[in-house]
Amino acid sequence: MTSAPELESSVKGDRLELSARGAWTAHYADALEMLVERHASGSANAAAVSIDMSHVNAFDTFGAWLLERLMRGFRQAGRNADIVGLNENYAPLLREMSDVNQSDYAPPVKRWHWTTPLDLLGRNAEAFFIGLAPFVNMLGAVGTAIGRVAVRPTTFRLTSMVNQFDRVCWQAIPIVLLITFLIGCIIAQQGFFHFRQFGADTYVVDMVGILVMREIGVLIVAIMVAGRSGSSFTAELGSMKMREEVDALRTMGFDPVEVLILPRLVALVIAVPVLTFLGSIAALLGGGLVAITYGGMSPEIFIERLRDAISMSSFKVGLIKAPFMALAIGLVACTEGLRVKGSAESLGLKTTDSVVKAIFMVIVMDGLFAIFFASIGM
Amino acid sequence: MIYDPIIKVRDLCVGFGDTQVLKGLSLDVQRGEILGFVGGSGAGKSVLMRTIIGLFPKQGGTIEVFGVNMDRAGERERRTVERRWGVLFQHGALFSSLTVRQNVQFLMREHLDITDKLMNEIAIAKLEMVGLRASDAEKFPSELSGGMTKRVALARALSLDPEIVFLDEPTSGLDPISAAEFDALIHTLQQTLGLTVFMVTHDPQSLHTVCDRIAALSDGVVVAEGDLGTMMLSEHPWVQSYFRGKRAAGGYKPLEMESVGA
Ligand SMILES: Nc1ncnc2c1ncn2[C@@H]1O[C@H](COP(=O)(O)OP(=O)(O)OP(=O)(O)O)[C@@H](O)[C@H]1O
Ligand SMILES: [Mg+2]
Repeated sequence: MTSAPELESSVKGDRLELSARGAWTAHYADALEMLVERHASGSANAAAVSIDMSHVNAFDTFGAWLLERLMRGFRQAGRNADIVGLNENYAPLLREMSDVNQSDYAPPVKRWHWTTPLDLLGRNAEAFFIGLAPFVNMLGAVGTAIGRVAVRPTTFRLTSMVNQFDRVCWQAIPIVLLITFLIGCIIAQQGFFHFRQFGADTYVVDMVGILVMREIGVLIVAIMVAGRSGSSFTAELGSMKMREEVDALRTMGFDPVEVLILPRLVALVIAVPVLTFLGSIAALLGGGLVAITYGGMSPEIFIERLRDAISMSSFKVGLIKAPFMALAIGLVACTEGLRVKGSAESLGLKTTDSVVKAIFMVIVMDGLFAIFFASIGM
Repeated sequence: MIYDPIIKVRDLCVGFGDTQVLKGLSLDVQRGEILGFVGGSGAGKSVLMRTIIGLFPKQGGTIEVFGVNMDRAGERERRTVERRWGVLFQHGALFSSLTVRQNVQFLMREHLDITDKLMNEIAIAKLEMVGLRASDAEKFPSELSGGMTKRVALARALSLDPEIVFLDEPTSGLDPISAAEFDALIHTLQQTLGLTVFMVTHDPQSLHTVCDRIAALSDGVVVAEGDLGTMMLSEHPWVQSYFRGKRAAGGYKPLEMESVGA
């Protein structure tokens, strides 16, 4: 039914006559654009131009705009331009076009310059330090919320907390057990493989015990919780922020920190020590299994050595760190969640930020704790 | 006018879980007409629209668009059909990480091989046609007002000059003047492009001024269809109260009622 657009020109005296045919529609937009471009500057000495549109058999906004653009070009060059034979059905659309694109609008273009990377570095550094402010803010907001809840304990959202605890702790148990068990196995296997060369087999148990109890157990669990629950906190709060649910809460007289964030933080602060304890046990079991099957140690000797190697204080060192790490993960996740702007892209960015920052914080804190415990002799 | 339905829906059944929303609905939309689709809140208008465009699965019935049975159509055939329609969702559904201009250009970039210059001009032209300004082009969807979101969504639905547009409550959230301009634009496009419009609406003014035909949905089926006069004479209680009630679409213009009654 439709055919490719055409535009033929002929010069009669000082008149340029253009005759159009075919379909002037989006489907042929590329061909049409080239046609119009080519004729826009043709026959510069003709004083008047007429465009015969009577053979055009399909017309849409693309065609209408290109025709309008052609006409504007002719008029700007000081020529008399008119259109003849345009189907009367098409006329209203062409009239619409006379009002559009009258302002000189040009979309902004991003150009690369040699300073761009430096600029980016500066911006990122700035963003990092500015990024600390909302975090501290959140810490303060959570502090006041705790104060308020402490005065009136009935306002604490227990149901929400229990629900969060179920997701953060209970549902995480299988995967945490599995991963820590495997890590225990790997540490023990590596220990036996390398220590055996200088006959220090029995010290593998010391290594596994101390490492797991003091460092690995809590670190692995914290990193897993940051990836599993921290990201989901950020995504949940972020999408609530996007749909103005957080604003709705606020206007109804609720404090979002109290309603949304406190239950999550409390759940996390309870969950991480529990998971750390379970994870450490699983890692020890994994280590024991490898010691018996791969290291050729008898179960009695393994347990005997383990009892000598780990003390109450190594157990405490691991568990004391857990709630602090939980707090850091929760604060980072919730802060980033509330910083989400309107777009899906920003939700993704903030979720990434949340996990990266939380893991970074966990490791930095672990280092600080190590210094602290060393200096108090624990 | 020759009888040439561009959308043909027969015995359509759609439900979610236990609740049946559409119960054997049949509807024709003719080429080049503007069909106003009315029904109470929650009656299933959006569900019907989404089922026709293939977003909801149906339990029974057939849907033909451009004479293509959407169940039997292969992947390629579906794609070509989808290219020939534009959709305005009730809540806009703009891409939140693209600017207004990029939203409108999204389909052009995908399907057309034209220069950036033309693409920008067309995008601005479309935005100005729906009543926005060029200065709004670099805003992100989260920075728009409700009415502006509607307009951008319309500009995006019209970006490739489709043959059918599905509009889900296009004028809700617009002030009456903008709504009237919107109706006029739809009318112009219908005249020029031979556009077919399936418009879900609650706006009596739109029903009066631009709709060629109206269909009313109640209890999961189309209970009345025809021009405004036919609707006013309908026996169905819901249709009666819709078109003859206090705030009714029909009560809007008392003169017309008399002429219909006569
Ligand atoms: N994704 C879904 N899952 C389950 N039920 C749904 C879903 N979408 C819609 N429904 C139900 O289908 C019914 C019809 O909804 P629909 O959105 O079509 O209403 P509507 O006629 O468009 O109303 P309105 O005028 O308020 O937009 C409602 O009862 C709704 O709860
Ligand atoms: Mg709806």
